[in-house]
Amino acid sequence: MTVGVKPASARRLAGGSPTLLRGLPRLPWIWAAAGCVALLLCCAIGVLAGPVHIGLGTVARALLAPLPWFGTASSIDPGQANILWSLRFPRVVLGVLVGGTLAVAGAAYQGVFRNPLADPYLLGAAAGANLGATLAIAFAPGTSVSGINIVPLAAFVGAGAAVAGAYALGRSVTGLRSATGLILAGVAIATFFNSIQSYVQQTQTSSIRMVYSWILGRLVTAGWDDVLLVLPYVALSVAVIFLHRRLLDALTLGEDEITSLGISTRRIRLIVVVAATLGTAAVVAVGGTIAFVGIIIPHTIRLLVGRSYRVVIPLSVLFGAAFLVLADTAARTIVAPAELPIGVITAFLGAPFFIVVMRSTRGAPL
Amino acid sequence: MQQHQPEASAKLAGPIGMFAFAVCFALTSCGGAQSATPSAQTAHFPVTIAQPDGRTVNITKQPHRIVSLSSTATEMLFAIGAGSQVIAVDDQSNYPSNVPKTKLSGFTPNIEAIAGYAPDLVVAADDLGGLVHGMQALNVPILIEPAAKNLDDSYLQIRQLGAAAGHPSDADSLVAKMRSQVGSFVASVAKPARQLRVYHELDNTYYSATSATFIGQVYKLLGLTNIADAATSATPDYPQLSAEFIVASNPDLIVLADTKCCQQDLRTVGARPGWGVIAAVRTGQVIGVDDDIASRWGPRIIDFMQAVATHVQQVEKAA
Repeated sequence: MTVGVKPASARRLAGGSPTLLRGLPRLPWIWAAAGCVALLLCCAIGVLAGPVHIGLGTVARALLAPLPWFGTASSIDPGQANILWSLRFPRVVLGVLVGGTLAVAGAAYQGVFRNPLADPYLLGAAAGANLGATLAIAFAPGTSVSGINIVPLAAFVGAGAAVAGAYALGRSVTGLRSATGLILAGVAIATFFNSIQSYVQQTQTSSIRMVYSWILGRLVTAGWDDVLLVLPYVALSVAVIFLHRRLLDALTLGEDEITSLGISTRRIRLIVVVAATLGTAAVVAVGGTIAFVGIIIPHTIRLLVGRSYRVVIPLSVLFGAAFLVLADTAARTIVAPAELPIGVITAFLGAPFFIVVMRSTRGAPL
Repeated sequence: MQQHQPEASAKLAGPIGMFAFAVCFALTSCGGAQSATPSAQTAHFPVTIAQPDGRTVNITKQPHRIVSLSSTATEMLFAIGAGSQVIAVDDQSNYPSNVPKTKLSGFTPNIEAIAGYAPDLVVAADDLGGLVHGMQALNVPILIEPAAKNLDDSYLQIRQLGAAAGHPSDADSLVAKMRSQVGSFVASVAKPARQLRVYHELDNTYYSATSATFIGQVYKLLGLTNIADAATSATPDYPQLSAEFIVASNPDLIVLADTKCCQQDLRTVGARPGWGVIAAVRTGQVIGVDDDIASRWGPRIIDFMQAVATHVQQVEKAA
């Protein structure tokens, strides 16, 4: 595919309607609406279902109570209002942030690496977060920095350090000529970090339960402080990836063609990887390393709606958030009042669903 | 992935252990039953002890080089006067303070390192990393004493160790003393007009213990309602509870067995979102217990029970 477009058109590619990508579909409004409805529906199920039975009317009144023109707060049982506002609502909101971010970060990674198996943990974010959390649990238990527990902070730093390390390694070894060098650097860093984590865990056996409890997911203890902690990073990350959705489409053309457009592949890759890592590190820090969402959601959208990143990116946010809220609702209701690890649910619900989608869309390009 | 947790290994070991004890009863071959005169400790050996996997362990003469890879077994051995025969304990054994602590691990046992102590008896809580196979190859008798389900399991293990170490009468008198102390704690707690609810916390992600565990049995004996029992259909012994269920259950007493691992106390529990309304938090009946004491099924379970009984009396007095 030879494209004779001048470098000046690169700006138009990033912003306005690119002539180059005319063939690719825009986001169909019906799917945008379906995504919004799915998210609202899953959030409604999430706030209505739980180990403690609270009626629809009470939930609705509790949701409206903070608004000044609904003076109904007094009619709600304070015990139920406490459960809803202190425990259930923040958990649903955190599920939205974690699911949306992991799905869109996965889509972004698949775009910049042009690798269908890429997920948000490809460059070692999960290994780094787990190592950071393990070190904090083993050597500085109960410590907090300006009121914030050190474990999520250490996980955040660990995830960032792992990806930065992979990037630096990939650049020094292969000069980032190809995505493969970066992926291999990520694999090497992740393996190295995992080995240190396993070693620390074996030598500090008393902290093993805490470490696994952390790795299996922390939505169990979610509160508004977790929501506020990750919100800025998640917002920035999703916004940057969203603004680069056309450039991600351009990347699918191949590196030679993009270079001829005057777009720096390396620069796009760096910006998108940094943004996706920032969001991933933040949600992993509060939610643990929840697998599968970052792969299954973007691919399901590609199969059902289309391959363009102008479709995949916004729909990944909506359906990723909806899926995780639903999975978390299952995690806290199936065996109530006990909890199931959310990673078990995402894989148990996600894998069969994905197989059905793949079978029913046979012939569609993956 | 839960198999990686210490609790999970205890979970798996539990039913097997129960089976072993049933076998013990049937064969009457443990607890020094083979010895005609248990008090004459020289005449005690050889002794045969039945094991969880159906193995029988033969100990021909009194061991003097015991290696303990279980912190509970270490406490039991020292409590029955076999401490001087113990030459090495694992990295988790920290009580009593004069135990011969080493870097040996019961979690990832290194057969060669254990063999390096030339033991004549090895005791562990779980058969991990080919431990039993390795010790059998070296002809070293090895006893597995898994996590107890209830106090009777604990008593049987103390008797088994008494038989194995040549202290059957010491073990019998320790068990008798523990039984009478348990009885006095139960008697000290008045039958309450309303059953008090208790929440036992293993870590700050709300793992708890049901009545099907030795921890839960303590609460049951003291007449408390354990809120974790609502989750037994999902996880019979150590379930992870939902925060909203704990808050809605409104326990009268919260027992924190995560004071060391996770630095939890009344203040940190009260600061958790939504937890301030719980009766135990409002009345200050949030008690911290030593993580080790509340997770080992050895003689110090009595200390744990005493701490709980004292607070049950306080709650009842306030009511």
